Amino acid sequence: MAEKPLFHYDEARGRMESVRWLLAAAGVEYEEKFIHTNEDLEKLRSDGVLMFQQVPMVEVDGMKLVQTRAIMNYFSSKYNLYGKDMKERALIDMYSEGLADLNEMFILYPFDPPGVKEANIALMKEKATNRYFPAFEKVFESHGQDYLVGNKLSKADVHLVEMIYNMEELDTNILANFPLLQALKTRISDMPTIKKFLQPGSQRQPPVDEKSIQKTRKIFKF
Amino acid sequence: MSGKPVLHYFNARGRMECIRWLLAAAGVEFDEKFIQSPEDLEKLKKDGNLMFDQVPMVEIDGMKLAQTRAILNYIATKYDLYGKDMKERALIDMYTEGILDLTEMIMQLVICPPDQKEAKTALAKDRTKNRYLPAFEKVLKSHGQDYLVGNRLTRVDIHLLELLLYVEEFDASLLTSFPLLKAFKSRISSLPNVKKFLQPGSQRKLPVDAKQIEEARKIFKF
Repeated sequence: MAEKPLFHYDEARGRMESVRWLLAAAGVEYEEKFIHTNEDLEKLRSDGVLMFQQVPMVEVDGMKLVQTRAIMNYFSSKYNLYGKDMKERALIDMYSEGLADLNEMFILYPFDPPGVKEANIALMKEKATNRYFPAFEKVFESHGQDYLVGNKLSKADVHLVEMIYNMEELDTNILANFPLLQALKTRISDMPTIKKFLQPGSQRQPPVDEKSIQKTRKIFKF
Repeated sequence: MSGKPVLHYFNARGRMECIRWLLAAAGVEFDEKFIQSPEDLEKLKKDGNLMFDQVPMVEIDGMKLAQTRAILNYIATKYDLYGKDMKERALIDMYTEGILDLTEMIMQLVICPPDQKEAKTALAKDRTKNRYLPAFEKVLKSHGQDYLVGNRLTRVDIHLLELLLYVEEFDASLLTSFPLLKAFKSRISSLPNVKKFLQPGSQRKLPVDAKQIEEARKIFKF
């Protein structure tokens, strides 16, 4: 099964971006088939390849996997980014789920009506600063290691750095009081595969803008 | 490490019920420490027991695990309810996430503002009938086996049974056109551990009522 994984999603960050980050960190090449119109999406649906009529969907190893967490867990297991035993996996899952909660807010806020949007940005910054980043800073402080779990790169580190970049788009100063998270960001950003991913022309998607919001609304009809 | 797991949550279904179900199905005894006031929750936070200041939290094997999915994954792995390999786990994860999405949708109805209730109820019924239940009926039909994955009991069978019981409480007529799911429901319900959990006096929680919602609002301030 030497074929590259094939991603089906629209050409935007959304619920696929964490998967893109993960594969970039794993150094795995993948292809993307972008959904550009509602017809593209309806075609996938009528072909019966979307278990719950939703994307992200990833074709990998003969499967048509849907649901972000299922996709992330599969790649994490396959590329050894999921700890060495069940207790390490429990920590990795716990950390990843906290980050997924923050990410959910980040994915949704661009679609909020004016007023609500500003409130949600403020809320996200508040949660990042007072809940999530302190919790992770504390983990690094407690063990003094380079990675969150087991002294080795896992999906939780990749997800954390992705969220750091996202939150910095909202507030460039957001890491000011988190020196250990700054160090993690530098460390992960210097990994050759991530370095490449962070450069222009990679498969990383840019922040959403008004045009991409309109396009997404049309595809998914909301 | 032979102590029973201790579950920290309030005395209601919420985000802990699927964990109670999984433990019960695995035949694992557990204790519950109910959060009954805002002070109880504050105390847990202040003692540094909640990674992201949230419950559910489960004390198990020396860990204080937060985040529903992290807890479920750990229990499922420990009690061998998570498939035999990475590919089975991918299916289990994919099905589980669909089940959790619909469960969330149905659960949210009880706290939804009155002016949105009708529309959201209609949407949840539509999704149940036209998206989620057909997908699972199709899985059972495709392989003709008694369990969803790998021809033996896994966590996802327990999650699906739990969902089917919620659907039945919500609107029993939604199940009528799914003969394989109905058969699945009675089959899984008659497994000895499950049967015991379904009997009165078990740790299973009843549907939420107005009083419980008020209590939860007070404790969690929403």
